[in-house]
Amino acid sequence: MDEVFDVMILGAGAAGLTAGIYTSRAKFSTLILNEGPIGGQMVLTNEVANYPGVEKTTGYAMAGIMKKQAKEFGCKIKSNVKITEYDLGEKVKSVTLEDGRVFKAWSVILAPGGKSRTLNIPGEDKFRGSGISYCATCDGEFFTGKEIVVVGGGNSALEEAVALTKYVTKVTVVHQFDHFQAFEHAVREAQSNPKIEFIMESTLTEFTGNESLERVTIKNIPTEETYQYPAQGTFIFIGYSPNTSAFKGIVEMNEREEIITNSEMQTNLPGVFAAGDSIVKRYRQITTAVADGTIAALTAAEYVAKTKKEELVLN
Amino acid sequence: MLQTALQEIETAAELKKIISENENVMVCCGRMGPMCIPVYEAMEELEEDREDVKFFTMAFDSPEANIIREDPSCLGFMGLPFTMYYKKGEVAHATSSIQSMEKIKAVLNDKFGK
Ligand SMILES: Cc1cc2nc3c(=O)[nH]c(=O)nc-3n(C[C@H](O)[C@H](O)[C@H](O)COP(=O)(O)OP(=O)(O)OC[C@H]3O[C@@H](n4cnc5c(N)ncnc54)[C@H](O)[C@@H]3O)c2cc1C
Repeated sequence: MDEVFDVMILGAGAAGLTAGIYTSRAKFSTLILNEGPIGGQMVLTNEVANYPGVEKTTGYAMAGIMKKQAKEFGCKIKSNVKITEYDLGEKVKSVTLEDGRVFKAWSVILAPGGKSRTLNIPGEDKFRGSGISYCATCDGEFFTGKEIVVVGGGNSALEEAVALTKYVTKVTVVHQFDHFQAFEHAVREAQSNPKIEFIMESTLTEFTGNESLERVTIKNIPTEETYQYPAQGTFIFIGYSPNTSAFKGIVEMNEREEIITNSEMQTNLPGVFAAGDSIVKRYRQITTAVADGTIAALTAAEYVAKTKKEELVLN
Repeated sequence: MLQTALQEIETAAELKKIISENENVMVCCGRMGPMCIPVYEAMEELEEDREDVKFFTMAFDSPEANIIREDPSCLGFMGLPFTMYYKKGEVAHATSSIQSMEKIKAVLNDKFGK
């Protein structure tokens, strides 16, 4: 029979790596499969200054240490894999990778986290890196002296719009609602900045240009009228969504496609647990992902011990 | 100084020497930011599989990196990192901004062979 791991963890962000540290340290054979780079959103964080006990570090360094800890306890980690099939309903659960490899485990912890939303409109892929950006601190300086658009109406969009005025001559904030979903002080700061203009109740429908971005098409949502608007750059800050589409119809989720768990991180499927940003919860931080990962690992370990004992009795 | 597990090129002269001595070279020129780190991560992993390619980083803010910043293939680039693929000392391909593992693998296969 193929190797059956005690615990298989899908996702190597803060939640998945923490779960891996706990289960492998407790001597449960553990495999982490990760679709992206190890560390997940942590590696997108320039500076982590609110993780208790760590004065200040980069998300990259923190992810590197978590990975090392997990590996030193014997956890196997495979990153940048593509999973094509999930079979989580049986006692022994399995996943199949794009290259045909199958991995099996007695329990599974889902820790797929979340990612920045993209607009998914024509031209977005083409002009990424030549006019479209998702990170003001990274790319702001390339837009010095240019007129740009910022898409979004939350705290990130408004704060980054203000930050970008350091470089650009004009920022037009395009937002889908007639009000912002940001803190009052962030709204006030953006509204009082002479370089910032607002186009409300509108959305972008296309990016156009030659070598680099030159124009965006804006649609007024109530009237459905569309028009072209000059923009040499566009920064997109429209929030995060959970990476749970692969688990639709497999585990229970709410209307925002967040995985429903109980306080012990159990999903509706026996032996399947979930942790981190992908579950239903209010606050999404490294600390909360780490806490979820710990609980999921301990509950999974208990489940595996019990299930394997039952199997022994049966056989 | 970039804190990655990849070897960092510090001078333009060093880059020229590397590309003249190695047939296939990939250099990611960036900072320790959210668009660059996923590319370094992918390269760290590819370094184990692709022995035919040499993988390096270069700090975008170093004046020595002008050799990449001002390369004609980077004209119009508006997103970090600038990733260069050199074949036999010449630029074979260049990309701007974050790239997925799949995209990087596709360029490596296309420009350097499978
Ligand atoms: C820019 C930014 C700054 C932040 N700053 C801070 C901060 O200063 N302090 C703080 O506490 N928090 C911060 N956060 C939030 C924090 O990073 C997240 O809450 C936390 O890292 C979430 O961890 P996670 O493990 O749940 O998910 P993620 O970090 O999203 O990791 C999930 C991993 O799973 C992979 N994956 C997705 N789907 C699958 C699948 N089907 N199978 C296998 N793998 C899959 C993903 O590629 C990813 O690698 C920040 C977030 C961002 C984006």
